[in-house]
Amino acid sequence: MQAETALGRTMLWFVLFLVSIVVVATAADGGFAAHAVIVALVCFVLMWMSASRYDPAGKLNSFFKMPDTPSKYDDDPIRWGVLATMFWGIAGLAAGLFIALQLAFPQLNFEPYFNFGRVRPLHTSAVIFAFGGNALIATSFYVVQRTCRAQLAFPGLARFVFWGYQLFIVLAATGYLLGVTQSREYAEPEWYVDLWLTIVWVAYFIVFVGTIVRRREPHIYVANWFYLAFIVTVAMLHIVNNLAMPVSLLGAKSYSAFAGVQDALTQWWYGHNAVGFFLTAGFLAMMYYFVPKQAERPVYSYRLSIIHFWSLIFLYIWAGPHHLHYTALPDWAQTLGMVFSIMLWMPSWGGMINGLMTLNGAWDKIRTDPIIRMMVMALAFYGMSTFEGPMLSIKSVNSLSHYTDWTIGHVHSGALGWNGMITFACVYFLVPRLWGRERMYSLRMINWHFWLATLGIVFYAATMWVAGIQQGLMWREYGPDGYLVWSFADSVAAMFPMYVLRAFGGLLYLSGAFVMTYNIWMTLAGKLRDEAPMRDAAYDAEKDRPIVDTPTSAVPAE
Amino acid sequence: MSMTERHKKLERNITLLAVCTLITVAIGGLVQITPLFYLDNTIEKVDGMRPYTPLEQAGRDIYIREGCYVCHSQMIRPFRDEVERYGAYSLAAESMYDHPFQWGSKRTGPDLARVGGRYSDEWHVQHLINPQAVVPESVMPQYGFLAETELAVGDPSATLTALSRVGVPYSQEDIDNALMDLFLQADPDAEGDLEDFQRRYPKAQVRDYDGDPSRITEMDALVAYLQMLGTLVDVDSAAAQQELAQEKGR
Repeated sequence: MQAETALGRTMLWFVLFLVSIVVVATAADGGFAAHAVIVALVCFVLMWMSASRYDPAGKLNSFFKMPDTPSKYDDDPIRWGVLATMFWGIAGLAAGLFIALQLAFPQLNFEPYFNFGRVRPLHTSAVIFAFGGNALIATSFYVVQRTCRAQLAFPGLARFVFWGYQLFIVLAATGYLLGVTQSREYAEPEWYVDLWLTIVWVAYFIVFVGTIVRRREPHIYVANWFYLAFIVTVAMLHIVNNLAMPVSLLGAKSYSAFAGVQDALTQWWYGHNAVGFFLTAGFLAMMYYFVPKQAERPVYSYRLSIIHFWSLIFLYIWAGPHHLHYTALPDWAQTLGMVFSIMLWMPSWGGMINGLMTLNGAWDKIRTDPIIRMMVMALAFYGMSTFEGPMLSIKSVNSLSHYTDWTIGHVHSGALGWNGMITFACVYFLVPRLWGRERMYSLRMINWHFWLATLGIVFYAATMWVAGIQQGLMWREYGPDGYLVWSFADSVAAMFPMYVLRAFGGLLYLSGAFVMTYNIWMTLAGKLRDEAPMRDAAYDAEKDRPIVDTPTSAVPAE
Repeated sequence: MSMTERHKKLERNITLLAVCTLITVAIGGLVQITPLFYLDNTIEKVDGMRPYTPLEQAGRDIYIREGCYVCHSQMIRPFRDEVERYGAYSLAAESMYDHPFQWGSKRTGPDLARVGGRYSDEWHVQHLINPQAVVPESVMPQYGFLAETELAVGDPSATLTALSRVGVPYSQEDIDNALMDLFLQADPDAEGDLEDFQRRYPKAQVRDYDGDPSRITEMDALVAYLQMLGTLVDVDSAAAQQELAQEKGR
């Protein structure tokens, strides 16, 4: 019976392998062919794995670590997810540093594959979808099991979600370098990669909801509402925004179903809510589980979490048009987008307040627990960037800030400060628990990571504020003679010092991630660093006394 | 029953929670995006708009492939400084055949909505090969490989067919002649009916763009695209000016 299934699987992979080879041979363009090669390689490996083992099914089960008893949480996909988060995090941050340096030193462009225009989507997708996405999938699988007191539903499908998502990342990333892109920001992968992601995402939804259905707790915990909203909304956004007509079923190229104005608003409806639901709702879900756990305090307000959940998901979806102020988008849509963006400030801060106030009675842990410190900093940056966002969405402010580096700075204070910091904190929480270690290898290294990251963000955000406002002002400055003062090239030249300092900030942030990688590596190796504990300023009764001048003993003159 | 009591219904029922979530997040998009497809004043009609020629479309595909939109916008806002710097502000109709739109979100380089005709072909070729040789302050990457890479012509009819399926009004004649049109635009001496081509694509510029008439390179296609940007609608003609003057923000 098992041998037969193994044979069937081998045949299935073989057929898929053949199909990919045929596609390689007949592809209309190089990018599509390269992707077919990747698919063929995956099929080949799976075919080989299915065929060459003595007990194929058993071996596969052990390779994919299928759970053997229902009385344990299924944590293997989460372990892989945590490692994938770290791997893609380093890759994405390194790509970011590289393109930051390209903007200061254009000689670093290596045509055609490593020109800025191709590497920039690689950076954004790597940090948002590879780093952030893996963190979200891994933590959601961890949280949903714990809060439902049930093992992950459909373990096979859960493994498909993890590996299928990695294949999506590889296809997307290699596609950018090969020039396979739809040019829709944060939705650049072409139609066939989009279809693949849709399949993976539906599987993800089934595993997540299936686990909730199996729950042994009557209530669905608040973190799961946010994960659910993230999964459902991202599916809706992804499908609508990627509607496109392929030129050929054997070619990468496709054309968007929409044009011009409609296309622009569809894209930014997607783009803004990739921020709203991927980077906000999903990460708030992480916050709602891991902050109370680490602080060992209950969530501050249940009522606030209800109000801010529904208002956040309702209002966020309207904010897209603020990316299109003063464009050819109709005024009514722009104004609507602005008004909802400003209203969005309150539910956003509702999340921040609920997170920060959870620390009521545990604030002293900021001194002793660097993970709590990271969580607090993440929430602080969440609050700051969700204030800055509504401010930038005001049309008169946007007229200056739009098209400038201010936007880039804003995005990074949210991405590095909120998403990065909360992810690092969650990974620090997870690693010792997932691998059965007493604690992380070194708490002091977490503290180092905290300061490197914080300083990095300060450099990044501050320089981009200056750069953005300077660009905006230079572009619109008129001299007393009634002529524009600056040529565009002047404004480019003026950015040089800012771009260098920004890259330095990125370097600090990346170094923090390297410290983290070392720390995790050593933790997995089972080591504990011998170090002085992080602790409060100790009370020393000996020193608690007035200072008096002690008469110096008479020193004989020379 | 208090709010929290009523909310318990949702928290105990995953189907109800998922459905309510989906409805809540669907409303904004439905209210904002769907009217754009049927409100007539979303795109005011203007004279002169036409679909891209096969060569221009090939150039546009290269523009997208190289991620030019990452640093260059194609959307001039109705401000005095932008209009003086880049030309008349962009009209919705000017991107009505753009699948996908290329308005961009960042100006690391200048806006390109009306770059057509502002520089010579030679300037564009030089600038793409080595931007710093022409603009020393520039941080743009070099694109010399475009001049050395022969345009992968493929099947332009398939491209036009795909575009017409999403609503671009290419005629059957346009689709049938796509391959010939492409060669004709880059080389006026090539086989084909030049007059017919220019009748179907008014204001199409016919010439060798990259200085190498012996072959059609990716540089030819990209420069052809850049040189037509913003040239179709005559925003400076008296009628258009008058119309524009009545609009808000001018």
